[in-house]
Amino acid sequence: MNQRSKRRNALVSGAVLRPERELHEIGATVLRLAKKRGVLETEVSIDESIQALTRFANNTIHQNVAEQGLVVSIRTATDGRTARVTTNRVDEDALRVAIEDCLSLASHQPKDAKLLPMPGKQKYRIVHRFHPGTAALTAELRARAVKNTCQFADKKGQVAAGIFSNGQSQCVLVNSRGLTASYRHTNATFSVTMQQGSAASWAKANSGDVTQFDPLELVKIASSKAVRAQNPLELAPGKFTVILEPAAVLDLVGFLFYDFAATAVADKRSCFSERLGKSILGENITITDDAYHPHQLGSPFDGEGMPRQKVTLVERGMVKNLVYSRRSAKQAGTRPTGHGFPLPNEYGEAPMNLVVEGGKTSLEEMIASTDSGLLVTRLWYIREVDPYEKIMTGMTRDGLFRIEKGKIAQAAKNFRFNQSVLEMLRNVESLGPARRATGEEAFEMVVPPMKVRNFHFSEVTKF
Amino acid sequence: MWEYCGHSLEIARLRGATYADVRLMHSRQRDLTTKSGCVGTLGQSESIGLGIRVVANGAWGFASTDQLTREGVANCAAQAVAIARSSALAKKENVQLVPEGTYVDSWQGPCLKDPFEIPLEAQLDLLLAVDAEMRKVRGVTLSETDMQFRKIDTWFASSTGSKIHQRRVISGCGIVATAFQGDAIQKRSYPNSFGGQHVLGGYELIESMDLLRHAPRVGEEAVALHSAARCPEKTGTLILGGSQLGLQIHESVGHPIELDRVLGQEANFAGTSFLTLDKLHNLRYASSFVNVVADARPAHGPGLGTFAYDDEGVPAQCIDVIKDGEFHGYLSSRETAHLIGLPRSGGTMRTEGWNRLPMIRMTNISLLPGSWTFENLMADTDDGILMDTNRSWSIDDRRYQFQFSTEIAWEIKGGKRGRMLKNPSYSGITTEFWNSCDAIGNANEWVLWGTPNCGKGQPMQVMGTGHGASPSRFRNVKIGTAFSNQ
Repeated sequence: MNQRSKRRNALVSGAVLRPERELHEIGATVLRLAKKRGVLETEVSIDESIQALTRFANNTIHQNVAEQGLVVSIRTATDGRTARVTTNRVDEDALRVAIEDCLSLASHQPKDAKLLPMPGKQKYRIVHRFHPGTAALTAELRARAVKNTCQFADKKGQVAAGIFSNGQSQCVLVNSRGLTASYRHTNATFSVTMQQGSAASWAKANSGDVTQFDPLELVKIASSKAVRAQNPLELAPGKFTVILEPAAVLDLVGFLFYDFAATAVADKRSCFSERLGKSILGENITITDDAYHPHQLGSPFDGEGMPRQKVTLVERGMVKNLVYSRRSAKQAGTRPTGHGFPLPNEYGEAPMNLVVEGGKTSLEEMIASTDSGLLVTRLWYIREVDPYEKIMTGMTRDGLFRIEKGKIAQAAKNFRFNQSVLEMLRNVESLGPARRATGEEAFEMVVPPMKVRNFHFSEVTKF
Repeated sequence: MWEYCGHSLEIARLRGATYADVRLMHSRQRDLTTKSGCVGTLGQSESIGLGIRVVANGAWGFASTDQLTREGVANCAAQAVAIARSSALAKKENVQLVPEGTYVDSWQGPCLKDPFEIPLEAQLDLLLAVDAEMRKVRGVTLSETDMQFRKIDTWFASSTGSKIHQRRVISGCGIVATAFQGDAIQKRSYPNSFGGQHVLGGYELIESMDLLRHAPRVGEEAVALHSAARCPEKTGTLILGGSQLGLQIHESVGHPIELDRVLGQEANFAGTSFLTLDKLHNLRYASSFVNVVADARPAHGPGLGTFAYDDEGVPAQCIDVIKDGEFHGYLSSRETAHLIGLPRSGGTMRTEGWNRLPMIRMTNISLLPGSWTFENLMADTDDGILMDTNRSWSIDDRRYQFQFSTEIAWEIKGGKRGRMLKNPSYSGITTEFWNSCDAIGNANEWVLWGTPNCGKGQPMQVMGTGHGASPSRFRNVKIGTAFSNQ
């Protein structure tokens, strides 16, 4: 079978990425055209993505989609002026136009004396994050898993809604100073909400390898919690001891990620501004950024092609380090950590692979040790109320349970919280084992479940 | 373009699709930002591709591709049919669509000055000048500006014979001054927060904003907030500025009326709605003089929800959502309309781009003007708080309980604007809040605000929506709870 026939068949059964050399060829074409045009420095990133998602609700598939696309992003830099043009047209004429557009954009701005020359060749750690079985998952296989979910829900008298998705992506980054970087990974997600009457609960998993989770096991967890979630009791708002499942921890702590950027601190918009070196969190809190953690996904290089470093951000409650792009590192007189965004941008950098160190207390032990408190499955619609105290507001959702005398007693009506994340991380009583968590507000990170005292719920809703 | 559309429809038919529609979209975008006197983002992007939605074996399938060749779009159509057949493995009922006419048309949205034709230098010069004006204010620690322009061409074709081309140009601009002092960060934005104002239109929007005149005030207010008194915690009278009221409408009226949410199709992600089907024509949503429409027609104004046809080829319409305070109508599609007894879709299916499925989305969800001038509204308020410009927003997954905070507030005493207040917030239950409305600003105060960042769907789609609003007054509102723990 020739390449073209293979691709055609793959599109129907399960699409495949281009050979990596085709992406390098596009990069080489751009560099050649730019050099011919007399451009001093050029950077090209080529990103290809194939994604598919099966969506279900009311115990039936109602949306089922697939997409594939390739994007070429070109940055030129000449005489302290840089700009970026992105296109998904890859013929030579279109690339030539993109280079001209980029030069035109760059030429109309004032000179930036702090613009650094592009980096040269770098060395990267090798990561293996492409799982052929995940890439090969077809619409039919996803539909069969969803059918099992819907049949399970029917048998239980429940209503299921959720997604089963998989995808594969690759990127190549090259520049005219000889830098070459490439990366590919696969991804899979299963998320389910089980509804019984007006009660609901939820479970979700995400991994680079679809064999790392069992959709039906997640369905069973959500199903049994939906049974427990019925007839919720209305409690008066106030301060509670809470046991936050990993998704709830992730969606709150995830809002801190940009505060660890050196640029955000320099701009005085980080909650860590003037708090570096201070113990502002509990002694049991240690946070690193580690792109190489076995539960993480993501490339081993940043938007400029700098190798990602493991950085200890918080050590035993003290804010120890920030992450740096090349520019912010130069301004701070330190070394870049490989966390920069593609240039030009105003945000600088951010840690994208946070790992909150866990403990040894299981969720069951946390519940058993709680005389009076609440178990929180997940949080919803979280927004920042105060940027310096890092007060966040949001709702509990899909399973809030009252704990009495070490046992789950009854479901409770959902609360609104207004809670400082910094204060919360000073009030952590125990931590469970850290795992790759997935929610809906923050991108996936490695976090533990937490037992937290004095968590502030300000109002209650009607369900 | 039409050739690719037609070929993909034909392949879908040959593969067994009983219905298909296709969108070939070409979008161009330009983003400019400045930060503290330097150019931040300076970029342009272009994306072109085709997405086809089909019904086969009574179930939906969708596929998209950037391979704009006859072979590429044929493969895409075949993939969509194969996906639909997979969907049929877990279907309960066959997809049913209400009838819709066939249209062959071309439409272009309003745009007096093409922003892509305005010299970039002029755009950057303006932003840098505004940025400098804000930084002249002592105490401003960060100044930011942004402009964003999009030009989107859509070629829609369906297996029932419709062929519609639409061009929409969208422009947006905003400025922000931030002041860090002691242990607090305060900011002010103009004309709105989170990216400013966005409309369906061209560079004339930017010229109408008078950015240079507003820049010093924005900076001064950001600094002044540090010495302002804290907004009290109480139950009282609240006047909301137009842009904040626009977001209030978005969250507590626009989302609950989406019929896909009501029917449980968003239960796993965006949530459901308290507006269950039994409440249609059977709920006192708001005070008797509150009227809200979902109006996508160009006559409503150049909103982000304005178009001639939606993305399943249904002409733009105006739907009464709240009429004289009563709940009157949902946002619907060809697939959902019959479930509430409608003979026709409300025309609210929209897609973010060629690689996304059309979904029920807000169009322009607008509160129709009342009779009050702003001056009279203030003069008539003996004791209250005026809040303006959103800072945070949050609402539960059935759209009952909400909390908003704004950048700034002022006390109202004896009919006059008094001292500035910092860290304002308010909260409530949707229907209780709307029933507490007792005054709505008139047509002179009414602005069609653009919300460019509405997220919904899996995979996530970000959509622009419009919200016409004028400053309005609400009684017995819970104020100040966001900071009650501090």
